[in-house]
Amino acid sequence: MIREFDVKHLTESIERMCGENACDLPYDVEQAIASSLDLEDGEHASALLSELLENARIARKERIPLCQDTGMAVVFLDVGRDVHFSGDPYEAINEGVRRGYKKYFLRMSVVKDPLRRVNTGDNTPAITTIRIVPGDRVTVTLLAKGFGSENMSRLAMLRPADGLEGVLAFVLETVKLAGPNACPPLVVGVGIGGTFDHVALLAKRALARPIGERHPDPFYADFEESLLEKINQLGIGPQGFGGRTTALSLAVNVAPTHIAGLPVACNLNCHATRHRQEVL
Amino acid sequence: MDRNEEVCRVTLPLTKAMATSFRMGERVLLTGPIYTLRDAGHQRLVTLLERGEEPPFPLEGAVIFYVGPTPPLPGYAMGSAGPTTSYRMDPYAPALISRGLRGMIGKGRRGPEVIDAMRRYGCVYFAATGGAGALLSHAIESSEVICWEDLGTEALRLIHVRDFPVTVAIDTEGRNLYDEGPALWREMQNIVTDDIIDRK
Repeated sequence: MIREFDVKHLTESIERMCGENACDLPYDVEQAIASSLDLEDGEHASALLSELLENARIARKERIPLCQDTGMAVVFLDVGRDVHFSGDPYEAINEGVRRGYKKYFLRMSVVKDPLRRVNTGDNTPAITTIRIVPGDRVTVTLLAKGFGSENMSRLAMLRPADGLEGVLAFVLETVKLAGPNACPPLVVGVGIGGTFDHVALLAKRALARPIGERHPDPFYADFEESLLEKINQLGIGPQGFGGRTTALSLAVNVAPTHIAGLPVACNLNCHATRHRQEVL
Repeated sequence: MDRNEEVCRVTLPLTKAMATSFRMGERVLLTGPIYTLRDAGHQRLVTLLERGEEPPFPLEGAVIFYVGPTPPLPGYAMGSAGPTTSYRMDPYAPALISRGLRGMIGKGRRGPEVIDAMRRYGCVYFAATGGAGALLSHAIESSEVICWEDLGTEALRLIHVRDFPVTVAIDTEGRNLYDEGPALWREMQNIVTDDIIDRK
């Protein structure tokens, strides 16, 4: 059975999630900040983490965005193969962004051209990736991606011989180079495998995984644990002033790759990790 | 300037003597006028100075806050207003510091050319908490666009703050909390090497 899907539902979903993302820190992120506060022993770190919790409280209550960088909208659309869209889903998503960013007083942070840099005035376009999946539902994931952390993200084409240790070194180096700039405590997304373009997407998708959820493969679950532990020994701490909490969470996504290659991408997100998902 | 054990309260603008008295790691509450400016606005300001024209606000004693706020909600003076990453302003900062800029508010590391200028002319670098835009907006009492309104969020604004919380990230002696803070924590934990990174 083909399910007719009016794209206006997509617009409404995106519009709603733009507002929630900006002002409601996801529960998993807030919990992670609160738990790290208990362990923190850096000189400035505890006060900073408390400020972040207070900021989340004010944002939620007064509907003031958590961060002035309300981000570029990154949308993952998993479309059931039995769905038929009446209308253009890309445009429906952009319309949702246009309405949401205006309605909820969010910042218009997108320029039309990377070199000539004129603001589009409505925060469009969104960066939309569509994937076909079984079923007749549409799963919409929206990330409001800030660029303080996006700017510190990196990608490398390692040699197969570099192996696990090469990936580990690359991720640690990325976090170290980012230092205070990416607004630690971070959420770290790591992609391994695929091709040059695909590995970046793997890393981006990793940022949408709920905090604390481990990779289903125990090999990668262990790798995630040990990478996170090493990151938190760097001592960068909240805002880079020194402390235990450099990253709240880390997620790895992997994909098959070529016999000659070991692509790795490290996409950083700040503590204001804003993601929402709805199934339509 | 009122210094007690916990926190130092300061009324703006800053004199050179005040700017040079701050010490790395000190918590400071700022009250008074601050100018907001970021990427595109800095480019315009420095272009204008290079042409020998007068700046649109007095640079001597001024404090610039690197921020691009969200639009204010009805009834509010300011929207969400946390700092943006400062290194993008590094190409412009020394020209402003040499003309009397006494304070910068942002987040993240600064380049050696900026730190040299800070030491030479007497300008302090404060960090506000990145990603705490809702909290920080509560310390902003008024905001008006001075010029470059066409830049939207990046326009030059004059804001008045009360007890705006910042930390001295780099002082005029060049001491840097982004270097010393993490090093101190690692020392406390007895983490001596960067193992995998230092081997590279």
